[in-house]
Amino acid sequence: MKAIVTVMLKDGVLDPQGKAIGHALNNLGFAQVGDVRAGKIIELELAETDAAKAKLAAEDMAKKLLANLVIESFKVEIAA
Amino acid sequence: MLQTGILLFPGINRERDMAIAVEQSFGRAPKMIWHKETDLSGIDLVIIPGGFSFGDYLRCGAMAAQSPVMQAVKAHAARGGYVLGVCNGFQILTEAGLLPGALLRNAGLRFLSMDTMLRVERNDTIFTSHYQKGQVFRAPMAHGDGNYTADPATLDRLEGEGLVAFRYADGNRNGSARDIAGIYSENRRILGLMPHPEDLVDPLMGGIDGKPLFDSLAAA
Repeated sequence: MKAIVTVMLKDGVLDPQGKAIGHALNNLGFAQVGDVRAGKIIELELAETDAAKAKLAAEDMAKKLLANLVIESFKVEIAA
Repeated sequence: MLQTGILLFPGINRERDMAIAVEQSFGRAPKMIWHKETDLSGIDLVIIPGGFSFGDYLRCGAMAAQSPVMQAVKAHAARGGYVLGVCNGFQILTEAGLLPGALLRNAGLRFLSMDTMLRVERNDTIFTSHYQKGQVFRAPMAHGDGNYTADPATLDRLEGEGLVAFRYADGNRNGSARDIAGIYSENRRILGLMPHPEDLVDPLMGGIDGKPLFDSLAAA
């Protein structure tokens, strides 16, 4: 079973990388681009058959290592 | 201060500079401690040097903060032990929860390798007794992720309780909240800072602005 953990900087935390990407897109002519936020996706292959258990485990991993909750938030999705 | 120990993680690269600074002020060499060690008995001051532990993967300091030796450092800190973290060492201390806040990518996105000036916020701690309060001294910095951040309540608490150790005194190049370059734990026995005082401890290095920090610790 695969868990997909998405980690993003919290709202209000400055994201200079997102800003730089936004500027570059504007420079490429994509004038419609406003705020850009950049994050990480971490895919975990889990030896688990129960989706609820897999989600709980991945959330625990996110809290302990994958995300720094001082500056980041995360969400976990379970893929078949 | 009796015995110091310098932690070694794969990817750390400032441990020898730190050892030179320690040996010069303390008159004895620090113990070098591999990250898989779990026994810190006999160590009074744990030093976490700079570098790029575990390649800065995931977040700077995130992997090192979970290593076996850091469990021992947490126990050492809980016993009231002294800890100094510089650069990546500061990042590791925040990731381990031993200091509040976090260090984000520099606001200008550039890696900063240059001298900066630090102002000593208080000189009644074991780290700063050989400086004057308000003294401004030179320290080299070399980091890509030195933008100190914490929520406003935490920043207010740090300032209100006198836990800001050093502030940037010649311009805030990395975007740190309230110009903070280094902070103490509540008991002021843990210090984390981004610039490198260990790199200015001998006239041959171009100055001795960082030496008082090590002299302070040696005299403690």
